[in-house]
Amino acid sequence: MDTSIVINLVYVISTFFFILGLKKLGSPATARSGNMLSSVGMLLAIVVTLIDKNIISYQWILIGLATGSIVGALMARMVAMTAMPEMVAVLNGFGGISSLLVGYAAYLLSPNMGVFTGVTISASVFIGGVTFTGSIIAWAKLRGLASKPLQFTGQQFFNTALLIGIFYSAFMLLQDPVANVQFFYILSGLSLVMGIMAVIPIGGADMPVVISLLNSYSGMAACSAGFVMNNNLLIVAGALVGASGIILTQIMCKAMNRSLGHVLFSGFGAAKASQKEITGETNPINVEDTHLILEAATNVCIVPGYGLAVAQAQHAVRELAEMLEENGAEVRFAIHPVAGRMPGHMNVLLAEANVAYENLHEMDDVNPIMENIDVCIVIGANDVVNPAAREEESSPIYGMPVINVDKAKTVIVLKRGMASGFAGIQNPLFFKSNTRMLFGDAKSSVQGLVSEFKQ
Amino acid sequence: MDTTTAISLTFILLLSIALGFELISKVPSTLHTPLMSGSNAISGITLLGAISLAGSGADELLVTILGTLAVTFAMINVVGGYMVTDRMLEMFKKKEQKK
Repeated sequence: MDTSIVINLVYVISTFFFILGLKKLGSPATARSGNMLSSVGMLLAIVVTLIDKNIISYQWILIGLATGSIVGALMARMVAMTAMPEMVAVLNGFGGISSLLVGYAAYLLSPNMGVFTGVTISASVFIGGVTFTGSIIAWAKLRGLASKPLQFTGQQFFNTALLIGIFYSAFMLLQDPVANVQFFYILSGLSLVMGIMAVIPIGGADMPVVISLLNSYSGMAACSAGFVMNNNLLIVAGALVGASGIILTQIMCKAMNRSLGHVLFSGFGAAKASQKEITGETNPINVEDTHLILEAATNVCIVPGYGLAVAQAQHAVRELAEMLEENGAEVRFAIHPVAGRMPGHMNVLLAEANVAYENLHEMDDVNPIMENIDVCIVIGANDVVNPAAREEESSPIYGMPVINVDKAKTVIVLKRGMASGFAGIQNPLFFKSNTRMLFGDAKSSVQGLVSEFKQ
Repeated sequence: MDTTTAISLTFILLLSIALGFELISKVPSTLHTPLMSGSNAISGITLLGAISLAGSGADELLVTILGTLAVTFAMINVVGGYMVTDRMLEMFKKKEQKK
């Protein structure tokens, strides 16, 4: 039988496995087997691609496969759950750069290409390049290397010029792909610059949106590489990933009450100046008194934020939740869609600490019952519990859906100090009469509470 | 590439996008991080294109070098993505023996 028939048949099976795998991600109980199915689909596709009769030398392929496997496995083993956003950012970047390289190599192999192939190669290089440098910048921001949004006058103008340059060089390349090689390099260079320019103006609080969007780009990059190589499987798989990233991006934008355009083109600080100064007294509390309040509570809600990840407090929090349950209280975790630095980040951290996923609740499930909650413990979250989003029209986050912790009978906020949140917005929650501030490192505060309960 | 191929590839693209939207919108928010890392691994599918180029035995050495680099990066994406997703999902699974 012709090898190309075998290859395409196996590709169909792989496609089926990918789809089934994604479907099984619909529930935590079946998700792991779904991921397994998807990886088997990938393995089949790789093996069958190797029998392609056009492949003459295997030496370099095997070197690449081996190196990639070792590096990938090491990364996957060593990464801490708190650093998952960085990991995903880096992986997105690698997906992007490989699409760019595929486009480049395909062009070198047969420079005399038709218009359709020319368009797809340009798209592959453009999307791949933007994904690569964009992801690297996102990674740097997540590591805290450059978390401030960087804006300068004429930025919009510069970006527009950049885009025009990209389209122009792609157009010139298509006119005469053989003679106009220089435009290929200009196109690649400008695309790489574009990736940097696209992510530097975005603030740290918007990182969940950026990560989701780059995820989508990495899918689109694979998709365009599929058009270059005339490969159905690349197109299908790339489109699935692209769609996934877009959906997550939409969810994140909705959770922040901002349009995608607003996130991408206007850093966060723009409205900061009009913010009115909030003054008032906070009510500090110590660990002993917090323990007394919690001991009397029968209904407790814990709201985690990125601070929980920074303090590595997830295990201590789970222990506290167990203590409270032993004490007869009902404990639930309320998770805001943009808590953390990527979609679902808090859920993974709490799962790592053995919190049952049945106990993790979404914002919309918890808000209606907030009045019945005795104590709400806010750990390392700030903007996602800010009542200014409901009450103050001048606030930059006005209109963003938040967890209404201030409606609980008592709110205990665990916080390092009075610094404002990632978005740099003041939080009136800290000054409310039913709020108590427990200052200090979240992990040692929670551990202190646990040992109080043990006594 | 002839027009028929181009059209059929576009056809496949549109159907896949529709299917992707349908599938992903059913994933609960609890699993969004594993969804991202898992779909990330799938996007390493570029590997297949990279393999054909790295092994094409082209006269031009640069093609082989670029292909090999692409294979390496895509393989990191695939192996890293699937393994880290599995690590995460394993933690989610344990919970069912609760109480």
